[in-house]
Amino acid sequence: MDMRVNIAGVELKNPVMTASGTFGSGQEYSEFVDLNRLGAVVTKGVANVPWAGNPTPRITETYGGMMNAIGLQNPGIDVFCKRDIPYLKQFDTKIIVNVCGHAPQEYLEVVERLADEPVDMLEINISCPNVTAGFLAFGQDARNVEELTAQIKKIARQPVIMKLTPNVTDITEIARAAEAGGADALSLINTLTGMQIDVERQTFVLANKTGGLSGPAIKPVAVRMVYQVANAVKVPVIGMGGIATAADALEFILAGATAVSVGTANFYNPYATMEVAEGIEDYMRRHKVERLAELVGIVNTHM
Amino acid sequence: MSCKRKETSVIVSQECLLPGIFSMWLEAGEIAKEAVPGQFISMYTKDKSKLLPRPISLCEIDEGKGLLRVVYRVTGEGTGTEQFSKMVKGDTVDIMGPLGNGFPLEEGKEKRALLIGGGIGVPPMLELAKRLDGEKQLVMGYRDAQFLTKEFEQNGTLYLATEDGSAGTKGNVMDAIRENALAADIIYACGPSPMLRAIKQYAEENQIVCYVSMEERMACGVGACLACVCESKEIDGHSHVHNKRVCKDGSVFLSTEVEI
Repeated sequence: MDMRVNIAGVELKNPVMTASGTFGSGQEYSEFVDLNRLGAVVTKGVANVPWAGNPTPRITETYGGMMNAIGLQNPGIDVFCKRDIPYLKQFDTKIIVNVCGHAPQEYLEVVERLADEPVDMLEINISCPNVTAGFLAFGQDARNVEELTAQIKKIARQPVIMKLTPNVTDITEIARAAEAGGADALSLINTLTGMQIDVERQTFVLANKTGGLSGPAIKPVAVRMVYQVANAVKVPVIGMGGIATAADALEFILAGATAVSVGTANFYNPYATMEVAEGIEDYMRRHKVERLAELVGIVNTHM
Repeated sequence: MSCKRKETSVIVSQECLLPGIFSMWLEAGEIAKEAVPGQFISMYTKDKSKLLPRPISLCEIDEGKGLLRVVYRVTGEGTGTEQFSKMVKGDTVDIMGPLGNGFPLEEGKEKRALLIGGGIGVPPMLELAKRLDGEKQLVMGYRDAQFLTKEFEQNGTLYLATEDGSAGTKGNVMDAIRENALAADIIYACGPSPMLRAIKQYAEENQIVCYVSMEERMACGVGACLACVCESKEIDGHSHVHNKRVCKDGSVFLSTEVEI
């Protein structure tokens, strides 16, 4: 049985990755998870300099999900290269570095700094709903997305994954723009922008007022968007949004995702990534599937 | 590095101490072996609409019998803590722990210590009082009705503060400290932010070493999600800003380390 998947020439031992921001750089979860068993670790977003993030409260629980407004707190690329990359290099897994910024120049600085680092891919976060500074429009505007992707591709030494926001009218338009800019792969969905009001205190629950909704509650939206995008572009799609079990992951794969990320589930089940990988293997055995790749987008042929 | 684990634990007993305050003993041998006072566990509901664990401090740790005690407040109707309160002996609950750093016991050895708890910050002071080796002055503050007072009396000299004046000093824990003219070489405290702020100020004015256990909304409980940060005086080791993680760098901090 062959669980390997190939994304832009990078071969992952299995399709299970961690969603950026839910797994740190792997260290905190290494007490629960054997990182060698993951297809890839996608690190928390890193910027050119340290970011302090938003005021607290930064999270709140919602029905079947949660909202966060962490605000991309991170130590900056220098500490990341010195500490987090060597840590992850101890394991037999691929390293995908999530890159964030407030402006194109900041992204480019990080991408350039990573050029000679032993990481396998870059994931560009153009879609975090919690970063303001007038930058929200970036991942929501097709021209901006194409332009930024092209600029990054010019200097990146690793394959580039563009991470898309679901907070748009037509996600396929943004996906096509990223592809036109030269993206090697797309990942989706980031969180859905939401809001929660504390009715007793008559104010916002989150200090940031809005937050990104994640968890099982958003899964049907995510599956639909992955299906749409996978049918709109030729580059591989990495699916995420509420994956907690192998069955969840398989929905995304059957809808057209080449690989999947486990995110919020890590918070309530630290073993989730390994369980998803094992469950996919069981499924393949049960359905007599030789190669995982055979399952990708199979819903299109079973209509 | 500590040995954290997530496991299914059997409830040994559940008791209502006061309206809205419950005490639960849990079978958790491996966690009980590792845990120290001031640490907490994440407790998970069986309700799939409520994903996130509830972080609850350890009130007692019986290493020999492999048991943990949590004393917790039901935070409202339809909440996760309300679901916990309806569980009975023999039911199971998923827990993860031990989490957080705990109170440093060595620092307080053979010293005059003040252990201060306020409201639902009272329970974690019990295991600390049991394990601390020194002169123990226990100052516990309540709004009105009191809980755990018998257990505290067996582990030190107990001073009470109640907002309604029903027992001990009428007022807060600082009022009780002043009224009883208590002095100390070291302070350990857990309670609401205004209480911790007052204790931090008192400790720093009197140059007393002071450890405070902080609280913030948490998601992962293990230091990965960066939800539960508090403002720190120095640059933090994780993100190199001024945000220490309550769940991982704390929940116990030196009062001089954090802004409250």
